[in-house]
Amino acid sequence: MLDSLTGAIILGLLYAFMALGVYITFRILDFPDLTVDGSFTTGAGITAILISHGYSPLLATLAGFLGGMAAGACTGLLHTKGKINGLLSGILMMIALYSINMRIMGKPNISLLGVDTVVSSLTNPWAMIAVMAVVVFIIKLLLDGFFHTDLGLALRATGDNARMIRSLGANTDSTKMIGISLSNGLVALSGSLIAQQTGFADISMGIGMIVIGLASVIIGEAILGARTIFFATLAAVVGSILYRIVVAFALRAEWLKLETSDLKLITALIVIIALVVPTTRRAWKQRNMAKRRTSELTASLAGASSKRGGSL
Amino acid sequence: MLELSRVSRLFNPGTPDEKVALMNITLRLNPGDFVTVIGSNGAGKSTLMNIISGVMKPDAGDVLIDGKAIHHLPEHKRSRWIGRVFQDPMAGTAPHMTIEENLAMAYARGKSRGLGLGVNGAKRSLFREQLAKLGIGLENRLRAKVGLLSGGERQALSLLMATFTKPQILLLDEHTAALDPARAELITKLTRDIVQEMNLTTLMVTHNMEQAIRLGNRLIMMDKGRIILDIPQERKHDLTVERLLGEFEQISGHKLADDRVVLG
Ligand SMILES: Nc1ncnc2c1ncn2[C@@H]1O[C@H](COP(=O)(O)OP(=O)(O)OP(=O)(O)O)[C@@H](O)[C@H]1O
Ligand SMILES: [Mg+2]
Repeated sequence: MLDSLTGAIILGLLYAFMALGVYITFRILDFPDLTVDGSFTTGAGITAILISHGYSPLLATLAGFLGGMAAGACTGLLHTKGKINGLLSGILMMIALYSINMRIMGKPNISLLGVDTVVSSLTNPWAMIAVMAVVVFIIKLLLDGFFHTDLGLALRATGDNARMIRSLGANTDSTKMIGISLSNGLVALSGSLIAQQTGFADISMGIGMIVIGLASVIIGEAILGARTIFFATLAAVVGSILYRIVVAFALRAEWLKLETSDLKLITALIVIIALVVPTTRRAWKQRNMAKRRTSELTASLAGASSKRGGSL
Repeated sequence: MLELSRVSRLFNPGTPDEKVALMNITLRLNPGDFVTVIGSNGAGKSTLMNIISGVMKPDAGDVLIDGKAIHHLPEHKRSRWIGRVFQDPMAGTAPHMTIEENLAMAYARGKSRGLGLGVNGAKRSLFREQLAKLGIGLENRLRAKVGLLSGGERQALSLLMATFTKPQILLLDEHTAALDPARAELITKLTRDIVQEMNLTTLMVTHNMEQAIRLGNRLIMMDKGRIILDIPQERKHDLTVERLLGEFEQISGHKLADDRVVLG
């Protein structure tokens, strides 16, 4: 029981980098970036192949991060310079990355069991949680800081009002490129760490990542809100951990009769509900308000005319 | 200062939908000129603004600032010289960012944007001081999201953002048209004060004839992609709305048709 809880928290923290990456594209740039499914594996693959060739795990992790950034830059180029629709650029890059990842890894699965990784010295799960929590929090704070710099403000404005920030002199093609690269770098970092934690990199490990990332961001926002950047990035991290905890418990609850393969459906449902509920609620509220105001207005009109009628 | 020479722009060229938005426009603004622009719907006023600011490229002709040809520069590279306020109050500000963050982005106009803090103590006090000049209490709401402001407040903020770095050229495209009369009057007054105080070279499109006469030192009239009349300071003094409309009809051969026109 406790094992599965600590295990879930550790996974949540490792996947938090991915959630932060998805937050950047989905929320800040308003660009649903499907590259994620490929770049997650890119990070894992680069790290795994480097570690198994004897390179230092730290270097291998950094290389994974940079590989993700390069993948993101390609998506950014397709979208900004190639003028390809955002979703399609992501899909194209995701497909292309499948082949590229295969070339990087050389085979569909690389085992890292028994080799030194950046996490292999952390055998105690609580120590692992403590260290990862600190690392995640530092990265989160660095991101927060970045989003308050002149460049960071321009990047945020690119998603909020691109026309305005262009008229103020920012090159929105560049800010998009920076945002998408950074996002995919974080996603790849997450993939790299997951590979090291679970002991293998697999060609299909990135499938569905984008939806898990979206679910994390949305769950976190539902609980913490996103009033400021500080809370929004915190929400992505917390959402990622909660998602893993919910998954762990759902899989343990035998009466639910869930298979691991059902997870993607459940995750998709979470995202669908989270996207549909707010819009329907808003529409519903508006309709009710309109109804109420209409009856109020007709009542006051009727009142006025009956009064006039009475005085005659 | 600003010079357009023989600038033309077509939309949908070679199709049945072909529209001549600008035809051979030649215009020269002197430093400190405050030019009001009127014309019918579709006369090409907004296209003119878009070509000056680089949102669109001309099909022919040159745009020059201080004698330098800039028609090849993209919008974001021209913005160091050009401040803009749009008609739509939503267009000039980022709604999910705070007032001070919006100002910080305007403050960075023409500078390279790096990893320096966007809003720091020094900038914040500058912003507060500038906002106070607007006289609508925004200086006490530096950390409010801009999306919470009314259209008039947003437009006042946009105006400040467009001007407080003292651009060489200020472009205003019907920036009061979406506001109610009281707010429009406030923004007009702020515009006049700011332009005067900073001596900004300004091109202002308006649908308000009375305003077009009252403001600025020069008035140009556009129709079907051409400048059909250019009225200098001396003649602007004793101009009336009727005379202006009469003159328009006489030259263009039809009535001034503008769905937003306000006579006075
Ligand atoms: N993006 C576009 N695509 C096609 N045609 C356009 C486009 N923008 C403007 N036009 C056409 O170019 C002509 C000039 O338009 P413009 O918007 O410059 O007029 P305007 O003087 O600003 O009019 P208004 O008073 O309505 O704002 C019009 O005939 C318009 O239909
Ligand atoms: Mg217009």
